[in-house]
Amino acid sequence: MSTMAVPDIAVAPVDEGFWTRSRKVGITLLGLGLLAAVLFGALATNQQARFTLSDDAAGAALEINGTIGAILFGIITIAAGAALLAGVPKRWFLAVLGIGLVGFVLSFLCWQVSAAPAGQNFMPLVNIIRGTFILALPLIFGALAGVLCERSGVVNVAIEGQLLMGAFSGALFGSISGSVWVGLVAAALGGAFISLLLAVFAIRYLVDQVVMGIVLNLLAVGVTGFLYERLMQTDAAKYNSAPRFSNWEIPLLKDIPVLGPALFRGNIFLYLGLLLVLVIHIGLFRTRWGLRTRSVGEHPIAADTLGVKVLRVRYRNVLLAGVVAGIGGASYTLALYSFTKNMIGGKGFIALAALIFGRWNPTGALLAALFFGFADQLATYLGAISSSIPSQFLAMLPYLATILAVAGLVGRVRAPAADGKPYIKG
Amino acid sequence: MTNPPTPQSGSPDKEPVSEAQAAQNALGNTERAEVATKPGGSASTPEPEQKPSLGRLFMDNLWAANTFTVTLLSLVLAIVVGAVLMIISDPAVLSTYSYITSRPSDAITSSWTLVSEAYANLFKGSVFDPEAFSGWLNGTGSWQAVLAPISETLTYAAPLVFTGLSVALAFRGGLFNIGAQGQATIGVIMAALAGFLLPLPPGLHLLVAVLAGALGGAIWGFIPGILKARAGAHEVINTIMLNYVATYFLTWLIVQNGVQDPNRTDAISKAVDTSAQLPRLLGDNLRVHAGILLAVLATWAVAWLLNRSTLGFELRAVGANPDAARTAGISVTRTYILIMVFAGILAGLGGSNMVLGSTASALTPLVVAQIGFDGILVALLGRVKPWGVLLAALLFGALQAGGNRMQSYSGISLELVTVLQALIVIFIAAPALVKAIFQLRAARAARLQTSLAKGW
Repeated sequence: MSTMAVPDIAVAPVDEGFWTRSRKVGITLLGLGLLAAVLFGALATNQQARFTLSDDAAGAALEINGTIGAILFGIITIAAGAALLAGVPKRWFLAVLGIGLVGFVLSFLCWQVSAAPAGQNFMPLVNIIRGTFILALPLIFGALAGVLCERSGVVNVAIEGQLLMGAFSGALFGSISGSVWVGLVAAALGGAFISLLLAVFAIRYLVDQVVMGIVLNLLAVGVTGFLYERLMQTDAAKYNSAPRFSNWEIPLLKDIPVLGPALFRGNIFLYLGLLLVLVIHIGLFRTRWGLRTRSVGEHPIAADTLGVKVLRVRYRNVLLAGVVAGIGGASYTLALYSFTKNMIGGKGFIALAALIFGRWNPTGALLAALFFGFADQLATYLGAISSSIPSQFLAMLPYLATILAVAGLVGRVRAPAADGKPYIKG
Repeated sequence: MTNPPTPQSGSPDKEPVSEAQAAQNALGNTERAEVATKPGGSASTPEPEQKPSLGRLFMDNLWAANTFTVTLLSLVLAIVVGAVLMIISDPAVLSTYSYITSRPSDAITSSWTLVSEAYANLFKGSVFDPEAFSGWLNGTGSWQAVLAPISETLTYAAPLVFTGLSVALAFRGGLFNIGAQGQATIGVIMAALAGFLLPLPPGLHLLVAVLAGALGGAIWGFIPGILKARAGAHEVINTIMLNYVATYFLTWLIVQNGVQDPNRTDAISKAVDTSAQLPRLLGDNLRVHAGILLAVLATWAVAWLLNRSTLGFELRAVGANPDAARTAGISVTRTYILIMVFAGILAGLGGSNMVLGSTASALTPLVVAQIGFDGILVALLGRVKPWGVLLAALLFGALQAGGNRMQSYSGISLELVTVLQALIVIFIAAPALVKAIFQLRAARAARLQTSLAKGW
């Protein structure tokens, strides 16, 4: 995925003979399926694994015997792998891969849920889905900020700093004014402030963008930490007690089983995040702004020749990215928690991972963020049922998945061609 | 007109290694340029001008945008911004500004007291404390108290030298090693494990533990290296991801049987045996330990590697232009892997320092602190040259040490040090900005630009 085009680096050849990408994925799935059917099947108990359609153990549930479930879903994964190995039409590739992976996860869950301590052999789906979205929310905003920035050719490693600054200024000005809306605007401006620094230094002063991103993250940690200790710790009532957005129930949609209570009784940030994915996706691929953004990110010289103001597009997009990430930061302080030092704690980097895993695409980023959020939620859940799987290894999952993706094991990811390259006119 | 912008010249390894030399070199360069432009420059200036005096040249260069001046002014700018932050975050001082038009002296004195006291404590905590010195002269204090600030500075600087060198070495080879944090984390794990699991005699135990740290770093550097070389995966992404993998691995490992301190319920490992600890240099009361000597040794070794060895030449060639290097018969893939392994070794040694020195003697989730990320700043501030990195690490160590005193004496949060460090590097990275703010003459400004990565 390097744009450096170093020919003696072994790039997977286009014509791979028998071992096409599809077949490689197939054999991997086959192995995973075998592992699931044999190992998970053996470790699962005869307890019923219940997946309840509610917040707790009560109510209707999907039930399956633990051992049978683990083996059955393992076999589904094996079948998906075998299908890919035998060769399926290309348009089915993603669907079959998806079925295979879902089978693997379900097999794993059957084992875990059935092996849980007595009385806890259930998994509340509403809870899990809601938690997944809540944990994915900052990742969604962060990854969208990355999409906006990087599609126009500016590397955004400063997502962490933008989220943090957004969270901080949202909390600070929300508390001082006592209004959530003032807090929201302040959060957007806080994120945009970090973005402005990134834009000015990267575009005007041609500072290396990755370096700038790293330094800005540290700056944001320092400034917010400093002001937190000076203001918020000394007078929390005045500076760190921002009002919170209440949950909004969406009529009709809230009555959908499982999804209704999980998603449509959330706060404004959830709706805003999902809406933004849609808006940015349409904007990027269907509007003039999107075409210009992408052309500036892929080939700024050509764009300039056609009269696109390259630097202006970049400034605007980087600032927009800051606004989006700032609001993402506020999804913490104006909805869930009060501000604490370094409260983003690496989510910005997972957002970066989601951006890359989602291949610089808003919808891809959403799916990646949800996957990472699910891994996070699963770690919490497994901790609650005192599982034998250490939560730290589940927490590693997003990072490992990204490394695999970048290394080309799950297909090739490619950044916008001019990403990270400053444009000097003339 | 006395001072035309000198053309960028010379290979990177001929660039100044220290601040003092930087100023001297700048001086020399201009003189040379002066001579060089005389014959050719006669078209625009018919009469050759009188050669300016040496003192005049020096003054001109002092206010030109050379490495030394830009570094110094970046420090000044960072300190000013830090002072502003202190003032706006202090309600008592800030309230005096509400009537600044009627009584400006209040605002000025209160601000001055706040800021000067804080920075004085920063200095006393890191370099020299006059009170301790007079106490020693009067016989009420000890010589340890006089040396304590320096000892603290060196203690904080030692691991930063290693991680700074790690980042700088990779930069010179055209790779951006953001993974020093992860490499140091694996290094700290291996060093600590060797420190409390292996029953070895004193000297040997220390050697094994230090090398175990280096090995851990090497492994963690090898992964992004091989991925870059074989799959073309960008090292920036992979090293960021590996940082977190390493952190989670550390938090998992600490609470495992045989690693966790059996007498504790919280996340802390057994302590490293005393036979594996780096000896303290100035007695038990002062924290400075042999790590700083190793750091100087490592600086020398990296300088030698970069400037005198075949590998160093290949590394710089690959960093300057991989295509040209390959045409010249250098294996770029092999060099990439070696760069990352060496960078990993250095960062791993930094990790060893954290647990075998006096900072900590057992693994905790935060045992590595921020040395990997700080190392990036140190490398940039040191202009990615080994001896420059050493000086930069000393400055950052001093800020850390002084920051502690500033926190306890002036109540200014230690986070201000992070702000100062980040600001210094921001200004250093954008010499054009510093130049514009101070209206500096354009001299060698192009050379200050640290252009490193090439996008994803």
